[in-house]
Amino acid sequence: MRAGFRRYAIYRRATLAGAFTNTVFGVIRVSIFFAAADAAGGSVAGYDRAALSTYTWVGQGLIAVVWLFAWTPVTLRVRSGDVAIDLGRPVHPIAAWLAEDIGRAGQACLIRFIGPLLVGGLLYGLQVPTRWTTVPLFVLSATLAVVVSFGGRILVSLIAFWLVDVRGVLTLYVLTSNVLCGLLVPVHFLPGWAQAFAYATPFPSMLQVPLDMATERYSDAESVGLLAMQVGWVAVLLAVAVRVFDRGTRKLVLQGG
Amino acid sequence: MADTRVYATLLRAGMAGQATYRASFAVELVGTALGMGLDFVEIFAVFHQVPSIAGLSFVEVVLVFAIASTGFATADLLVGQSDAVIRHVRDGTFDVVLLRPLSVLGQLAAADVQLRRLGRVSVSLLLLVVVLVRLDLDWTPARAAMAVLAPIAATVVFGALFVAAGGIAFWVVDATEVTSALTYGSAYLAQWPTGVLTPVLARFFTFVIPAAFTAYLPALALLGKPDPTGLPEWLPWASPLAAVAAAVAAGLVWRSGVRHYVGAGG
Amino acid sequence: MSEPGSTQNEQEMIVEIEDLSRHFVVRRSVGRLRREKRVVRAVDGISFTVGKGECVGYIGANGAGKSTTIKMLTGILVPTSGRVRVCGLEPVRQRRELARRIGVVFGQRSQLWWDLPLAESFRLLAAIHRLPAERAAARLERCVELLDIGPFLDTPVRQLSLGQRMRGEVTAALLHSPELLLLDEPTVGLDIVSKEALRAFLAAERAETGTTILLTTHDLPDIERLSDRVVVVDGGQVVHTGTLSGLAAEAGVDRVLTVELTAPAEPLGDVPGTRLLSVEAGGLRQHLAVTGSAAAAVAAVSARTELRDLTIAEPDIEDVVARLYRRAAAARSSTVD
Repeated sequence: MRAGFRRYAIYRRATLAGAFTNTVFGVIRVSIFFAAADAAGGSVAGYDRAALSTYTWVGQGLIAVVWLFAWTPVTLRVRSGDVAIDLGRPVHPIAAWLAEDIGRAGQACLIRFIGPLLVGGLLYGLQVPTRWTTVPLFVLSATLAVVVSFGGRILVSLIAFWLVDVRGVLTLYVLTSNVLCGLLVPVHFLPGWAQAFAYATPFPSMLQVPLDMATERYSDAESVGLLAMQVGWVAVLLAVAVRVFDRGTRKLVLQGG
Repeated sequence: MADTRVYATLLRAGMAGQATYRASFAVELVGTALGMGLDFVEIFAVFHQVPSIAGLSFVEVVLVFAIASTGFATADLLVGQSDAVIRHVRDGTFDVVLLRPLSVLGQLAAADVQLRRLGRVSVSLLLLVVVLVRLDLDWTPARAAMAVLAPIAATVVFGALFVAAGGIAFWVVDATEVTSALTYGSAYLAQWPTGVLTPVLARFFTFVIPAAFTAYLPALALLGKPDPTGLPEWLPWASPLAAVAAAVAAGLVWRSGVRHYVGAGG
Repeated sequence: MSEPGSTQNEQEMIVEIEDLSRHFVVRRSVGRLRREKRVVRAVDGISFTVGKGECVGYIGANGAGKSTTIKMLTGILVPTSGRVRVCGLEPVRQRRELARRIGVVFGQRSQLWWDLPLAESFRLLAAIHRLPAERAAARLERCVELLDIGPFLDTPVRQLSLGQRMRGEVTAALLHSPELLLLDEPTVGLDIVSKEALRAFLAAERAETGTTILLTTHDLPDIERLSDRVVVVDGGQVVHTGTLSGLAAEAGVDRVLTVELTAPAEPLGDVPGTRLLSVEAGGLRQHLAVTGSAAAAVAAVSARTELRDLTIAEPDIEDVVARLYRRAAAARSSTVD
């Protein structure tokens, strides 16, 4: 985990630049939401201006932490055959990669999460939590979100065992996740059937759920229920990932990869 | 001009490199078209909740979106890689460009043309036509001219942003992420009415980085609607002029960048 | 440069360099806060000319300023001070026009299109230089014949060996029949056969078309084969210009005339045009340094005594240049400090 933490610390300048990008996009997005709120008479889909601002800025901050972009390190290792080295280690590769990803996420918290949140918060105002449970729930949910996201990314990466060019699948995955996780607009903006479809996927658990914690959309009881859903997705995705990985490495070993 | 034929030949050489991987090229083509769908979903979802944004209806905002998308995708196709200058400088392949009796920008554009952008270009154009028909506008000769000019002017403005970013890259090597943020951010903003921003920001994105002139203002001209932030009535019709001004400014930034490279020893 | 009545005035100057300098400012972080500034004088006031049809060798150690000079000649780099004209044009300001009139070959960098077949590069360059099809074809055929590049015309450039690629680069540089050909370390890393082929081709090309050539190299046999003159540069300054043999004289390295006499004789200490170095076998074999023309020295010695046999040993060029570098370094350190 420490290795992942340190490696990403080196890219400090890139991190600042990334935070700047998130901030620019955040400004535009929150402006659109505000305009929508004005047009709807003050609140949209259960979000008032403060909630929308919080949603946008916590969201922009979480993007880099949860990593909703393309993610290729594992794909490259499978393609190059370096994954064989990972197999030789005492820890299961998936556990090792997960630990590394959590390290990366932790490092991202420093600049890429706090940066946009501070700037956006100062410029547009944030919703102040009214319950003491909000922050712990949020932190818990965000951590689970990182793992859920990891699960999804790992599964896509492992396709590299069977498919030479994963780029198309990866692009499709990023596009779909961006829509269904609540990055572009809150999932609650979407038509009913689309919302139902979204919640049948792990994607809302990557962003929408922690954001709902931050905006205090649900009661404490409901929030715990959402946490349970996230835990469920973590279990399912990781279990499937391990199975897929074992089959993939078996194929690799048989073919003399 | 004999030179245009030379650039065309260079273009074909650049494309030859890209089209060799047919299958993945097809995938990229579809990918960029789908990426456009992402932005469209955002508009759709917002309008699922509210009837208008900054005074414009859903179809009217889609008009803005279509013009912006066409312009951006075409500019990306042509000069989208001008900030890849840095890559060339690092690889040591930039000097070769200076040794040929051709313009630097022309060579880079021809060599790095992004054919896969054609996916988004064609879908955007299609959308633009559909929306224009659907809107049933009050067509005058001036509006017809604007309808044709608008996507071209949008392409010029976005192209100017890319070229300016490339020019800046010669001066400050690590500025690429910042300039990208502003370029792609402007593209994102251009798809929406500029009126959503606060007045200060709106003026910035109209007169400093002319994002408003790419799509929103031409759309206002086509729709015959006034600007809610109080800009003069004739301003939307000046969009093509703004595009020209942006191109000239970008050209100056680019040339100063190349001059800096030559002066500093690369 | 403009002495009345000098033959150089009548000859057209293809390259004119006058007091040319190029400085680089290097900043280094010392400790946490301070930045140390250092001025590197890559080229420090050099002047020379190359006349039309000449072939000049530009020699120097690594870091002496050779490549920097070439960059300033081609317009890739702006001089810090001084004057440079190539084909009568200012390289930086008139870059594109100049590019039509010169051909450049870089040893380290390629001007060919990496992913495309070699022939395609030639086709593109012909289009870029607006060459009529027949002229391009004629030039290409000549180079194919003399450099034997036919077998790999359809191979992508990235798959070519260094020797093959260099032959391709030279063809590409000469395709548009430039007035001036600049070569920056063209034989670096090549095998003997390729080097010879390249040298022979350049010599033939020069003989046939009168192209002016400026060639930087480490490889002194290149100079021997091709150049009329050499310019030696060290530490950004010119330390010698002139002919190769003049170089030997300047460096203080002698050509040695070894004479075998029919009968032992007195040491030949005062033969005009020579200097006695040593005597062997009681005067049967004597070594004389030749200070003037070798032919005159031989004539003078045979006028004095009967020769059975003689040999003339040319100095090792490497030694000559090394001596010159050391001399120049000594001169610099004694004047600068």
